[in-house]
Amino acid sequence: MVDLSVKLGSLELKNPVMTASGTFGYGEEYEDFIDIHSLGGIVVKGTTLHPRQGNDYPRMAETPMGMLNAVGLQNVGVDQFIQSIYPRIKHYKTNILVNVSGSTVEEYVETAEKINELESIPGIELNISCPNVKEGGMAFGTSCPSAIAVTSAVRDVYKKHLMVKLSPNVTSIAEIAKGVEGAGADSVSLINTLLGMAIDAHSRRPVLSTITGGLSGAAVKPIALRMVWQVANAVKIPIVGMGGISSAEDAIEFMLAGATAVEIGTANFIDPRITIQIIDGIRSYLESHQMNSVQNLIGGLITE
Amino acid sequence: MKYIHDFTIVSNERQTTDFVVLTLQAGEAPLPEIHPGQFAEVRIDGAPGVYLRRPLSIHDVDYDKQQIKLLVQEVGKGTKILTQQAVGSMVNMVYPLGKGYDLPDSKRVLLVGGGCGVAPLLFLGRHLKKNGISPRFLIGTRTSANLVRLEAYNELGEVMVTTEDGSAGTKGYVINHPVMRTEEPDFDWIYTCGPEPMMKILAKYADHHDLTCQVSLENHMACGIGACLCCIAPTKDGNKCTCTDGPVFDSKYLQW
Repeated sequence: MVDLSVKLGSLELKNPVMTASGTFGYGEEYEDFIDIHSLGGIVVKGTTLHPRQGNDYPRMAETPMGMLNAVGLQNVGVDQFIQSIYPRIKHYKTNILVNVSGSTVEEYVETAEKINELESIPGIELNISCPNVKEGGMAFGTSCPSAIAVTSAVRDVYKKHLMVKLSPNVTSIAEIAKGVEGAGADSVSLINTLLGMAIDAHSRRPVLSTITGGLSGAAVKPIALRMVWQVANAVKIPIVGMGGISSAEDAIEFMLAGATAVEIGTANFIDPRITIQIIDGIRSYLESHQMNSVQNLIGGLITE
Repeated sequence: MKYIHDFTIVSNERQTTDFVVLTLQAGEAPLPEIHPGQFAEVRIDGAPGVYLRRPLSIHDVDYDKQQIKLLVQEVGKGTKILTQQAVGSMVNMVYPLGKGYDLPDSKRVLLVGGGCGVAPLLFLGRHLKKNGISPRFLIGTRTSANLVRLEAYNELGEVMVTTEDGSAGTKGYVINHPVMRTEEPDFDWIYTCGPEPMMKILAKYADHHDLTCQVSLENHMACGIGACLCCIAPTKDGNKCTCTDGPVFDSKYLQW
């Protein structure tokens, strides 16, 4: 019997597989396909202080081994989340994290304060890396001082697990990771989407209404893996790795690079059962490599 | 309830230069109840540059034989690979997805399809007939060579045709057909699927004559189950997912 559990600071995960915000709704969307309780955790849709309609259609472009999105944080707002969605999902026997975003430090703080009151939400993922909103979002995550400022402001009011989601659209992701670690983050998750673009050669127009958007899917995996490895060498807090993970092997590679847990994103769109398949695959890997705990994989990259 | 199932292709019949009908045999699990207008997210493997599933409307369902038919128009890399799949190969589908067409509160209905938009109207026509309503079809294409499976529609009810080049039926667009030109339309419900400009004209026509018009949108999707929020349509209640709140909407609900 292999042990799949991992610890992410104060969070105990029954296995290292979580779902990435914006790809898994509130979990309910996947109930017909998988047992949500079996997941290590779910990170629900990016939530802001006020409801947001998001960007205009078209918001999606398929690209080689990936996709661009420009959803723009469409969500019902934190109050509606607390009133109508939270009561429906709080029974999930898994770690439910809320991805929190905002346009100003005050908005992040106020949203985090409200979520702090929710008994069944043991943590938040602070989204300082959304490339699809004009103000805020990624603007906080691409400069070290602003990443530190928003993290410490939220840290002051948020008492549970504070995970900060980092942007890959920076010169040194390790520097930002160190900054938010110093500002009180309990963990970092990476990577958010890479800023990209698609053009329709025939119409000579951009495919997305916003012209640029966030690239995700298998295409980004090597970049994400490299960044997880760099951040693992820079910080002591646990890392949640993501970026194109589509199989158990992919997940294991992120753990070897230094991630304690992983988030599965775009792969959910291709197979809604993929998270469970990845959990099963990790178990089989451990059994066939005669390892008794998944924790043995974390940072286990052999470089000499 | 939504499912993810493997199907076996039992026939692959080319209709025209770019339309193919695939007949898919369900595996051990029986087909769930499928509503006309619902769709499937079809996985396409082995096509370079194709990463996501393709949303395709359900063309027909045969519960006795446990078969689903898809009418596939080759519009890009994904659909081209799908139509080349040999009989005997497997196709994985997430289905049945979305909200389909409603039953009408009148027996006088007109089903209007443009191009590939005729696909869901066959199953809808079958469903209406089963409920004691005679479907009438108005099908518009660019040219007569693009008319597909007219005999199947004919079995269910009257079929009227328009072609842009006049090679079959009335020359022009569906809105130019005599059935649409009378002072008082002899139908109370319009069901439509096809190019957005066509559906917008029908929505206006329905407003003008105080008819109900249900349109099926064909937005680009990633997940198909309301998780990614990519396929939104603007409605009176803000942006709604075409995959879960649609693809069929009452035209008055949309903010076109």
